[in-house]
Amino acid sequence: MTDIDDRTTAGASDAIDQPLVEVDGVSHSYGGPVVLDHIHLSIDAGSFLGIIGPSGSGKTTLLRIILGNLTPSHGSVKRQPGRRVAYVPQVETVNWNFPITVSEVVLMSRAASKRRPWATATERRDVASVLEQLGLAGLGDRHIRELSGGQQQRVFLARALHRQPDLLVLDEPTSGVDVRTRHEVVHLLTDLHRDGMAVVLTTHDINGLATHLPRIACVNRELIAIGTPRDVLTPHVLERTYGAPMEVLEHGGLLLVTDTPLGSS
Amino acid sequence: MNLFEPFQFAFFRNGIIVAVLAGAICGLIGVYVVLRQMSYIGHGLSHSIFGGAAASAVLSVNFYLGAGVWGLLSALMIGRVARRGKIGSDAAIGVITTASFAVGLALSNMFGQAKRSIDAVLFGSILGVGGGDVIAVVGAGVLSAVVIYAWYRQLLFATFDPEVADVSGVNVARMEALLMLMLATTILFTMKVMGVLLISAMLVTPAATARMMTNSFSRMLTIAPIIGASCGFVGMLVSYHIDVSPGATIILMASTVFLVVFTVTGSRGRRNVGGLAHH
Repeated sequence: MTDIDDRTTAGASDAIDQPLVEVDGVSHSYGGPVVLDHIHLSIDAGSFLGIIGPSGSGKTTLLRIILGNLTPSHGSVKRQPGRRVAYVPQVETVNWNFPITVSEVVLMSRAASKRRPWATATERRDVASVLEQLGLAGLGDRHIRELSGGQQQRVFLARALHRQPDLLVLDEPTSGVDVRTRHEVVHLLTDLHRDGMAVVLTTHDINGLATHLPRIACVNRELIAIGTPRDVLTPHVLERTYGAPMEVLEHGGLLLVTDTPLGSS
Repeated sequence: MNLFEPFQFAFFRNGIIVAVLAGAICGLIGVYVVLRQMSYIGHGLSHSIFGGAAASAVLSVNFYLGAGVWGLLSALMIGRVARRGKIGSDAAIGVITTASFAVGLALSNMFGQAKRSIDAVLFGSILGVGGGDVIAVVGAGVLSAVVIYAWYRQLLFATFDPEVADVSGVNVARMEALLMLMLATTILFTMKVMGVLLISAMLVTPAATARMMTNSFSRMLTIAPIIGASCGFVGMLVSYHIDVSPGATIILMASTVFLVVFTVTGSRGRRNVGGLAHH
């Protein structure tokens, strides 16, 4: 697996200096304890950011605030007008028994701007093209449950890409998938980023995904650290993020994060 | 026995038109009710509207006006209680709609002269169906068809994946309001034939049967109204000939079709319907 450069490429060269999304002093609670506390975060055009943290650390809340699905209790979120955002939810949240085919799922992405119930010839061509790009050619009429785990993940990526977004947001894109699918997803996201798309994702998978990203944000209620994996993945930051001692090793130029063996601290 | 003998009567012709259209509309709206797991709301709303129907009968107010306003107030109260957060919307529906139903029963007991029309509202009747009811149910059908045609993709997206739909520019709250409006209108304008106690079954059974027959949303949206309309037609004929409330015979027809499809489609169909509750 190759590392991903954080760079704004030719495809995004027209992006103005203003960030796509700017999270400014955001705090949030759902009526009880504070879930997010005074977060500042900026997502620039062509950037690639991974958000890591333990379960219940506020990662998904932060993602929902970035998406605009949730209004924070305090602070503000500025979004660059006219930019398209697409979201890929966790596959675990999908209702796999819903009566829907692969093509019908992909067509949803432009639902807000289309009135007619049926797809036009142009739309059908667009859907076929995005399915082919993701290795799903010929599967358009299949029910989503009939696909393999990797194909299912790619269907929802296809729906997001069909929207032709400037910012792609993914919640745990490698959760519950096998190693091969994880590689496919990471390579695909790398290619999209190289084409100029900004990508933000959450992940629990530090070694399989986060260490390959150009920029990581460690979150546990507050933003503990943000920067390159080499800057951020230190035992001190990881212990503050996860509340447990962790070691960082280096192997073949790649960082490897492990639990500290019991009794060694 | 002449199977088509009842067609000589105007009340039956009106009744069967309403029953067929009511079956089709219930089947159509039922697709969203089943897939969004809203059947308890449909069940509760129909019981709640009974209070308004009883009050209308006692006060000699127009049935649709009284029951409609009552249903709207119940829906608003359900929303208000559920938003308090301490109790879930299912408990709010349970409390408010059964209270409303109890008001209907109390009025029914206190004012004997209204008993006949209240029985008709509870169990369905073809006797009281007039030209105005036919126009009302046609209106409900046209409203549902126009709403589903105009917002087909947005309703589908909001039903399948509301969070992503919201991010993708779909006004999910508006789609939910449209669905509630269609549901309330359908219950209001079809309850005279189906009856309050049985209408919720008609909102669920044809759609659940259609789900066993197909894996495509658009095909489900076609099959469910056909099943509903067919059950309305056959159920009305049976109702006349064996002198049983049309609500009962129509639902029994729908249940029979469900059972046949359930048996024929085997494990595949059972998995489709059983899995509707699992996300």
